[in-house]
Amino acid sequence: MDSLFPLTLRLNGQQVRHEVTQRTTLAEFLRQTAGLTATHIGCEHGVCGACTVMVDGRIVRGCLMFALQAEGAEVTTLEGLAQDAAMQALQKRFHEHNALQCGFCTSGMLITARALLEDNPRPSRDQVREHLSGNYCRCTGYQAIVEATLGAAGDIEEGAA
Amino acid sequence: MTEQRTLPGAAGLVGSRLPREAARRHARGGGRFVDDIAFARLAHVAFVRSPYAHARITGIETAAARALPGVLAVVTGEDLKPLCHPWVGVLNHFPGLKSAPQYPLAIDAARWNGEPVVAVVAESRALAEDGADLVEVSYEPLPPVLDLDAAQAPGAPVVHPDLEDNLAFALELDTGGVEAVFAEAALVVEDEFRFGRHTALTLEPRSLVADFDPALRQLTVHHATQTPFQMQDVYARHLGLEEADVRVVAPDVGGSFGMKLHVYGEEMATCALSVLLGRPVKFVADRLESFQTDIHARDHRVRARMAVSEEGEILAMDVVDETGIGPYSVYPRTSAVEGNQAIRLMGGPYRMPAYRGRLKVVFQNKTPMCQYRAVGHPVACAVTEGLVDKAAARLGLDPLEMRRRNVVTQDMYPHRSPTGYMFERLSHEECAARIEQMMGYARLRDEQAELRARGIHRGIGFATFIEITNPGPAFYGVGGARISAQDGCVMKMEPSGQIRVDVSVTEQGQGTETIMAQIAATHLGVPLSDVRVYTGDTRSSPYGGATWASRGAGVGGPTVMKTAQALRDNILDVAATILQARPEELALRDGCIVDAAGSVRMDLAELGRIAYFRPDTLPADYHPELTVARHYVPQGYPFAFTNGIQASHLEVDTETGLVRLLDHWVVEDCGTVINPLLVDEQVRGGVVQGLGAALFEEVLYNSEGALTTATMADYLAPMAGEMPDIHVGHVVTPTLTSPLGAKGVGEAGTAAAPAAVMNAINDALSPFGAELRQMPFTPERILAALGKI
Repeated sequence: MDSLFPLTLRLNGQQVRHEVTQRTTLAEFLRQTAGLTATHIGCEHGVCGACTVMVDGRIVRGCLMFALQAEGAEVTTLEGLAQDAAMQALQKRFHEHNALQCGFCTSGMLITARALLEDNPRPSRDQVREHLSGNYCRCTGYQAIVEATLGAAGDIEEGAA
Repeated sequence: MTEQRTLPGAAGLVGSRLPREAARRHARGGGRFVDDIAFARLAHVAFVRSPYAHARITGIETAAARALPGVLAVVTGEDLKPLCHPWVGVLNHFPGLKSAPQYPLAIDAARWNGEPVVAVVAESRALAEDGADLVEVSYEPLPPVLDLDAAQAPGAPVVHPDLEDNLAFALELDTGGVEAVFAEAALVVEDEFRFGRHTALTLEPRSLVADFDPALRQLTVHHATQTPFQMQDVYARHLGLEEADVRVVAPDVGGSFGMKLHVYGEEMATCALSVLLGRPVKFVADRLESFQTDIHARDHRVRARMAVSEEGEILAMDVVDETGIGPYSVYPRTSAVEGNQAIRLMGGPYRMPAYRGRLKVVFQNKTPMCQYRAVGHPVACAVTEGLVDKAAARLGLDPLEMRRRNVVTQDMYPHRSPTGYMFERLSHEECAARIEQMMGYARLRDEQAELRARGIHRGIGFATFIEITNPGPAFYGVGGARISAQDGCVMKMEPSGQIRVDVSVTEQGQGTETIMAQIAATHLGVPLSDVRVYTGDTRSSPYGGATWASRGAGVGGPTVMKTAQALRDNILDVAATILQARPEELALRDGCIVDAAGSVRMDLAELGRIAYFRPDTLPADYHPELTVARHYVPQGYPFAFTNGIQASHLEVDTETGLVRLLDHWVVEDCGTVINPLLVDEQVRGGVVQGLGAALFEEVLYNSEGALTTATMADYLAPMAGEMPDIHVGHVVTPTLTSPLGAKGVGEAGTAAAPAAVMNAINDALSPFGAELRQMPFTPERILAALGKI
C-alpha cells in the first residue's frame, strides 16, 4: 500500500491540508481527495486539456503535475471561479451559444479561455482559435466555442467600461 | 399533413433557437459523469493485456499479484467462464456472417494487441495496476493477420481456426446488366480508394461502475452508455440474472458517437467481478486502453468504376469494398453493418439505373471494428463523389452541373435506389441551388483562377450525400437482436402543474432533453420552464431503443408528442369536470386552462391541487388521470433518409503538402428543424469529425500488429486552430411518416465532409495532374502525389 504524505495548499481561496500518495496527480487529488469533479481527466498525458486548472495564476495540466508539487501553491479550479466576473461572462456565453455538447471538455476550455481574455482582452477570431488549440472538443465544431469566447470578451469590456 | 398541431400559447417552441439547461450546468462544472460518482467500498479493476496481435496463451502466473496488499482478486478468462456466458456477434439478416464466441477475457489465445487477458481488482486503480504488473502471462506468438490481401491469401494464417478462413461476411448486390452498360458507355472512370482506420476518441473514456447486491441478486450498472436498455438485456442474459434485477443508469455521458453502445470484454468482466465480489467495481479506460479497445471504424479499400454517357449521365457503378473488422464481429450489432451500408449507399443521390456492389468483410488481428458515427456513409460518399468529379473533369463539365444533371429530381419520389433503399422525398436540387448561392460559387471560381495564376493553389470540392436516420425494426430487430425499435414516454403532471417527462431516448450532449422539453411544452401548452425531462435509467424510464443512428429526435420526438397530446386531453378532461364545461370548449395555453373566448379559467397548479388533494370535490367515481404513457414505432419506411450537400474551400501548400481549410458549407434537409441552435452545432461537430478523417486521423499498426498510434499526440484529431468556419443552411422537407416531420441529423456532417475535402484537394492539385484517394490526406501523401518525395 502507498504511504501518505501531507499536502498543504490554498485551494479555491481556502487553506487546506490533505494526505496524498506520492504518485497522486494534481487532477486525481482534486477529483478524488478534494471532491472537485469539475476538473475532468481525459488522457492523462497532457494533450486533451480536460484537466486544465490554474496554479499560481497560470494554466496547467492537472494530469502532468503530482499533487505534492502543489505544496504551498494557490490552486484554482472551475468551482473556485464561480464568483469571477470574467468566468461568469464566459459561462453565460457558452450556455447561450451552445458552446458544448457533452460538457466533458468544458471546464478546461473555460479556464483556458479565461486565461486568454486576461492576457488579451480583445482577441481576434484567429487568436481565439489558436489559443484554444490545446483543448480538444470532440462534440462541437469549435465554432460556437470561438463565438462564445469572443462574445464574452465583448461583455467583459462593456462591463469594465 | 397540414393539420395545425401547435397550440397558440406554445407556438414557436418547435423551431426556436433555445439553449440547453444542461449546458448551463456543465459550464458551471456541474456534470456528473460515471467517474464523478462516489461509492462506499468501491473496488477498481485494471487489466493485463496482450502485447501481441496474435498469440497462444501458454501460462498465467498470478500468485505475486494476489499477494500484493490491497489486491482483492486476480481472475483469468477461465475463472470468469462460470459467471458470464460468451457472445457471438452474428444476426440472421446478414446470412453467412460468422464470428467466434467471445469471452470477457481471452481464453487460450489473444487475438489483438490490447485484448484483456487477466483482471486485477484492488482497493485503488493504482494498486490494481501494480497488481497487473505482477501478473506473468506466457505467450507463444502466432503469425498475425493484418493486411486485407494477406488475410484472404490462400494458406493465410487464420484468426479463428474453427472458422476455417478469415472471410467473416460477403455480400453481392446486382441489378444485372452492369457489364453491358460499361461495355457501351461513352466514358468509364475508375479508381481505388482507401479509408484509414479511425476511432471515436470520446473525451470521456469508456466508464462504468457495476454494483451487485448479493442478497437480492440485483445488479445496478452506472454506465457511460448510449443504450441502457440494450445493456440491461445483455447483462441479464450473459450474467444469468433476471432482466428485472438489472438496472442500467447512464448519467452524463462524455461523448459517444456510436462507440458507447457495443459490448466490450472489460464491461462484462467488471459486472462479473462485482457479482463475484459482492461490492461495487469500477472500470474507467485510460487513453491507451481506449485506443486499444474502443471499437475502430472504417478501414476500407474500395475499387470502383462509374459508367457515364457523353452528356454526363451516370449509367452504372461497379464497386468492390473490402474491409477489415479485427478478430470478432462485435456484439450485439455485428461488424457487417458498415460494409453493408457502404455498398448500399453508393450512388444513392443519383438516378443511376444499374449497380453492382460486392463486399468482403475479413478478420484481422487488430482492434475490433464496428459502428461509429455515419456508419458506411463517408466511404460510399467519397467513392461516389470522387468518381463524379473525375467524370465531370473528363467531360469538361462543372462539378456542380454534373451533380445537377444526375440527382434524383422532385418528380421521381418516392424513389427506390438500385440497392433497394426507398426515399420518401429528398431535396437535392434545392440543396445544390442553396449552397451555390451561400458560398458565392461563381466568385470563388474566379478567385481560384486568379490565385492559380499567382501560384496559389486553392480548391473547391462538393459532396452530395444521403443519410440514414430514424431506423425502424429493419435495422436490428429483424435479425434477432434484442434492440428496441420503438420508444416510450411517461408524462406526469405534478401537483404544482409542472410536467415531468421520462423518455427512453438518451442524452449524450446532443440536446435530447431540451428538444423533448420543447415538444412536450408545445403539445401540452405549458411554458418550457415548467417541463423537466429525465432519460437514461432503465428503472424509471419506459422501454426503448435510446439514442443511436440519429433516431433520438426522429423517433423520440413523436413519442413525446403523442404522450403530450394524451396528457393534454386528460388535463382538459379534469378541467372540464372541475369547471362543469365540455372539454372541447377548453384549451391549455401557457400553463392555464382557457375557454373558447380565450379567458383564463384556472391555472394548472389549481387544477393539480383539486385533482390530487381534493378529489372529494369532484363527481363520484371520477378518477383524474394525470400520468400517461405512450409508445411510438417508426412508420412507413425502414429508415428516414435525409439529404444535403457540402462544399469545402481550401488551399494546398504544394511545397509543404499542408492543407489549410478556408471555409466549409453544409446545406442539409433533416425535415422539421426542432432547434436550429442545436442542429447547427451538431452538423458542425459532425463535419469536424469528417475533417479529422480527411486530414488527420488514422490508427496505425506496425508489421507485427502492435498499435503505434497509442497516445493523443500520435493519433491526431482536429483542434480549433485548424478548423474553418462552417456555414450551415437548411432546406426543410418534413417527413410525412412522422407527425413531427423531423428526421435525424447526427451523421450528415461526418458523412460528406471527407469527400468534399478530397474533391477540393484534387481540384487544387488539378494543374499538377496529382490525385489523392487515400485518407487521411497527410502532407506526406500530398507531396508524394505531387512527385516531390
